[in-house]
Amino acid sequence: MAEKIKKFRSKRKAEITTNVIVYIILICISVVWLIPYLYLVAQSFRGESTGVVGYMFPKEWTFNNYIQLITDTDTLNFPMWYLNTLIVSLVTCIIQTFIVLATSYCLSRMRFRGRKGLMNLMLILGMFPGFMTMTAIYFILKQIGLTGNLAGLVLVYVASSAMGYYISKGFFDTIPRSLDEAAKIDGASQHTIFLKVILPLAKPIVVYTILTSFLAPWGDYMFASLMMLGETDKFNVAVGLKEMLTRENLPKYFTRFCAGAVVVSIPIAALFIWLQRFYVEGVTGGAVKG
Amino acid sequence: MANLEYLKKTGWQKFCYNFVNFFKNLPHALANFFKKIPLWFKMLGRRIASVFLEVYYAAARGDWKTRMSFVFMGFGQLFRGQVLRGIMYLLFEVVFILYMVFFGWKYLAQMGSLGEKAMEEVWNPDKGIYEYVYYDNSMLILLYSVLTIFFILAFVYVWYQNLRTNNILQEMKEVGKKVPGTKDDIQSLANDQYYKTLLSIPMLGLVVFTIIPIVFMIFIAFTNYDQAHMPPSQLFDWVGFDNFADILGGGVSANGARFAYTFRAVLLWTLIWAVFATFTNYILGMIVAMLINKKGIRFKKLWRTVLILTVAVPSFVSLLLMSQMLSVNGIINSTLMSWGWIKEPIPFLTNSTVAKVTVIVVNIWIGIPYTMLMITGILMNIPSDLYESARIDGAGPAKMYFKITLPYMWFVTTPYLISTFVGNINNFNVIFLLTGGAPLTQSFEEAGGTDLLITWLYKLTFNEQNYSMAAVIGILVFIVIAVISLIVYNKSNAVKNEEVFG
Repeated sequence: MAEKIKKFRSKRKAEITTNVIVYIILICISVVWLIPYLYLVAQSFRGESTGVVGYMFPKEWTFNNYIQLITDTDTLNFPMWYLNTLIVSLVTCIIQTFIVLATSYCLSRMRFRGRKGLMNLMLILGMFPGFMTMTAIYFILKQIGLTGNLAGLVLVYVASSAMGYYISKGFFDTIPRSLDEAAKIDGASQHTIFLKVILPLAKPIVVYTILTSFLAPWGDYMFASLMMLGETDKFNVAVGLKEMLTRENLPKYFTRFCAGAVVVSIPIAALFIWLQRFYVEGVTGGAVKG
Repeated sequence: MANLEYLKKTGWQKFCYNFVNFFKNLPHALANFFKKIPLWFKMLGRRIASVFLEVYYAAARGDWKTRMSFVFMGFGQLFRGQVLRGIMYLLFEVVFILYMVFFGWKYLAQMGSLGEKAMEEVWNPDKGIYEYVYYDNSMLILLYSVLTIFFILAFVYVWYQNLRTNNILQEMKEVGKKVPGTKDDIQSLANDQYYKTLLSIPMLGLVVFTIIPIVFMIFIAFTNYDQAHMPPSQLFDWVGFDNFADILGGGVSANGARFAYTFRAVLLWTLIWAVFATFTNYILGMIVAMLINKKGIRFKKLWRTVLILTVAVPSFVSLLLMSQMLSVNGIINSTLMSWGWIKEPIPFLTNSTVAKVTVIVVNIWIGIPYTMLMITGILMNIPSDLYESARIDGAGPAKMYFKITLPYMWFVTTPYLISTFVGNINNFNVIFLLTGGAPLTQSFEEAGGTDLLITWLYKLTFNEQNYSMAAVIGILVFIVIAVISLIVYNKSNAVKNEEVFG
C-alpha cells in the first residue's frame, strides 16, 4: 500500500513540475507577445517629443497626439483615410459576400456542364499573382477615369472575389442534401431553397465571409498604394500610416502614428474578438478536411 | 512488399525503402504519364469533331429555319416559340457587328505592329505654340485588341450554341415534344437554371476583371513596355521571348545579365522564405497549442485570448510597429544597449543576412496565433477513444504524440499547409512593410536583400514603370506556383492510395 502511495506521490510531483514549467513558458510567451502593443499604446501618449526614442514609457503624458491626429489635416489627413477605408470596406464587404456566397452555393449544390472546368479555371487563375490583374485593371480604369477614385479600388477588390469560394463551398458541402430534397418535394424552387433553407443554416460561414471581406481592405497596402498614386487624400489607413513613417515624416509623426495605429486597431480588434468564434469555425470547418 | 512486412520495419528502414522505391518507380511513372498523352489528344479530337459535326448537321439536315439561323442568329428560336431567347441572340449579333465595324476592327488590325506613329509636334497657328497631337497609343491598341479577341471568341461560341439549340429544337419539333416557351424559361431561371442567375454577375466580374487583365498582362510580357517606351508619347513593340531570355539567361539586352542574376537570387530567397515561414509557424504553433491544451493547465481561455490579440490587431499595424521598434535607434536596440548586452545597435533591418532572419522571426510573432487557433480547433476534434485505446495498450505520452496526434494533424492540415505555402510566396505585406525589401543591393536590379518576387514586381512597376519585366516575373511566379501545386497535389493523391490512417 505504501508502495502505491509513494509511486502516486512521485508521479504527482513530476506532473506538477511539468505544469509549472509550462506555466512559466506560457507567461513568457504572453509577455513577449504583448510588449509591442504596450509600447505602442504608451508611445501614443508621449508628450515630450514626436520622433522615435529609445525608452518605453513617456516622461510627459498627454492626449496631444490624438487631438492632432484628428485636427491637423493639412498634409496627412487621418480622418479622411479612416473614412475612405471604412467606406471601401463596407461596400466591398456587401458585394463580396454576395458574390462568394452565390458562387459557392452554385458550385456546391448544382450540377451543370462546365462546373468542373470552372473550378479548375478558377484554381489556375488563382495561381497568378494578384498583382498582374491589378496593373491591367489600373490601365483599364485609367481609360474610364476611375483611378484615384475609391470606386476603382472597390472594383479591384471585388473583381476576383469569386475565386474565394473555396472555404464557403467546403462548408456548404457539409450540409446534407436530404434537406434540399425534402424542400423540393414540398415544391420549393432552387431560389427558395437557397434563401430559406440553406442560408439560415450557414450562419457561421456567412459571418465568416462578412468578417473577412470587411477586414481585408483595412490591411491592404499593395493595391491601395498603386491605385491612389500620389493622391494623399485618397489613401487608406495602411498606406497613410506607412506614409507617416517615411524618412522625412518620421521625426514629426511617430507618436501620431502610434495614436493612429491605436485608433485603427481598437475597433477592428473588438470586432474580431466578438466574432472570433465564427472565424475559427470558418477556418476549421471549410478549409480543413475531416 | 506486403503491408505487414512494411509495417514491421523501423522508421529508418521505411525511409530507405520509400526513397529507393521512388526512384525505382520513376521510369514507370513517367511511362504512365506519356502513355496518357495520346488518350488526352484523342479526347480533345473527339470534342473538336463533335463541334464540327454539329455545324454540319445544321447545314445538311436543317430545315429552312435552322439554315436561316446561320446568318440571322436567333431566327430559329423566334419562329419556334422561344421568343425571348431568339431576341437575345439577335441582339447579341447586332451588337457584335456594330462593335466590330465601328471599333474593334481598327484596333485588331494594328495589333501586329502596335502602332506606327505615336505623336507629333504640330504648330498651332491660333495659339501660336507647338502642340502635341497623339496618334497611335500602343497600350490602348493592345488592350482593345485583347478585348476584341475575347468578343470574337464569345461570338463564335454563341453562334455555335445558336446552331446547336436550333438542331435540338428542330428534332424536338419533329418528334413532337413541347418546346419550352419564354414563360417556362423565365420560371426555370429560379429553379433548374438557377445557377445561371446566381453565377451571371460573378462570372462577368471574373471575365472582365480577372481573365482579360491576365491575358493582357501575358501579352505585355512579350513587349518592351517600360520607361523608355511609354505611351502616349512613345510606342512599344513586340519583342517575342527576349524578356524571358533576359531574365532566365541574361544577355539579350543591356540590363539582361543583371536581371537574370537578381531573378535567381530573389527566387531562391522567396522559396527559402516560404519554407521557413510556413513550417516554423506550423510547428511552433502546434507546440503552443498543445501546451495550452495540456491537461492540468488552467486559464486556457486567458492564454488563447492573449495570443488572439495579435490576430485581432490588423497585421499591417503590427508590422509597421515592428519596423520602428527594430530600427537602429528603436527601442529594442536602445534597451539592449542600456543593459550593456551589446555595444552597437544590431542592424536588424539593414544588414542583408540579419534582416532575413529578422523577417522570419517577426513572421513567427504574427503567425503563431493563427496556426495555434486552427490547431486548437482540430486538436479538440481528435476522437478521444484513439488515446484511450493507446493508453490501454500501454503507450506513454511521447509515443501517443508521435503515433496519433502528429499523423492526424498532418493528414488534416495538408491542404492548409499547401495554401499557406503558396500564400507565403506572395506575402507582400510582411516583407514590404517591415523592411521595404531593403537593403537595396547594388548588384541587384532594383531589388533588395529581403525582396520576394512579388515585392520586386511591385518595385519594378511603382518605381521604374517597367511593366514588361513585371509581367514576365508575374508569369514566372505563376509557373513556380503551378509546378509546386501540381507536384504536391499528385503526391498527396498517390499517398492517399496507400493511406494507412483512415
